[in-house]
Amino acid sequence: MTPLSYFLQRGTAMLMVPLIITHLAVIIMAVQGGLSAEEILSRTRGSMLWAGFYGVFVLAASIHAGIGMQTILHEWTPLGRQASANIGHTLIAILWLLGARAIYAVVWA
Amino acid sequence: MTSSDRTLKVDIWRGNEKGEYQSFEVPERENQTVLDVVTYIQRHLDPALAYRFACRVGVCGSCTMTVNGRPRWTCRTHVSRVVKGGKLTIAPLTNLPVIRDLVTDMTPFFEKWRDARGRFVAGDGPKDELAPVQPESRERSAASAAIECINCGVCYSACDVVSWNDDYLGPAALNRAWAAYNDVRDGDRNGILKAVSQGAGCHTCHSHQSCTEHCPVSLNPTFSIAGLKRASLKAKLKGALK
Repeated sequence: MTPLSYFLQRGTAMLMVPLIITHLAVIIMAVQGGLSAEEILSRTRGSMLWAGFYGVFVLAASIHAGIGMQTILHEWTPLGRQASANIGHTLIAILWLLGARAIYAVVWA
Repeated sequence: MTSSDRTLKVDIWRGNEKGEYQSFEVPERENQTVLDVVTYIQRHLDPALAYRFACRVGVCGSCTMTVNGRPRWTCRTHVSRVVKGGKLTIAPLTNLPVIRDLVTDMTPFFEKWRDARGRFVAGDGPKDELAPVQPESRERSAASAAIECINCGVCYSACDVVSWNDDYLGPAALNRAWAAYNDVRDGDRNGILKAVSQGAGCHTCHSHQSCTEHCPVSLNPTFSIAGLKRASLKAKLKGALK
């Protein structure tokens, strides 16, 4: 692990702590009166607050998962450093694209 | 029955990477160390048994072996503390190539000390002046906490990350690098940070703390590695690691 990937891994972990707590708290509050797609979309559509919140969350989670997977692959499988890094970087891109698409769908679509 | 009548059942690894355990019966004695048991076998039961020792008093770090599954310094490990049901299983250190029986090849271990740049590099100061190092300074305290390593390889054998990643510098080399980094007389402290930040360096550590748990002289390599992580990250963010 390079100093930069170490910094990103620890930094995204710290960043995600309040995001996860907020995410879980909103889920618990939101399901109190039943849960429907309309209710969720009424809260998220056009909301720059939620777009920003989940934009940061998705980016942090993608980076954290990609770096973590890269380390696990390198240490636990016969894959070499470069192959593990390539898979990790690809995973970051895939997770970010999937997350960005989901944010687009609940905020703008 | 007195203790001198009792015997220990001792299984000892024979061979190199490939081999098998051989069983011996060894008389049990008061205040007997694991090294005493191995020495008894070599002197009385099988002179071909290969093992390594020198000082017998916990200074040289050469007699380390895996005893009942844990890496230990055998000269300071009393049998009574580790024996289980009258049995001892003694193997060479893990994470190192086995030369024969209980003797490992320490070359990779010491190559990593070199790669982590744990040696002193003189600065440009006048050679006839003593460098002032305050005993209570933060750097001197950090160096003192890390400096008493006996190079035994126990932490290297205990480290999970070493077992997963052959390139990882390991706790002993990084602990030495931290002691060297905190030597304010060193002429190229940044060079140490560069050395430990490359490839599988200090940032590869998962902080499992097996090194600290097993270190026979109670050092804390995990703490040293955390210091290197902090210092090298700061240097990286300042652009000093190019």
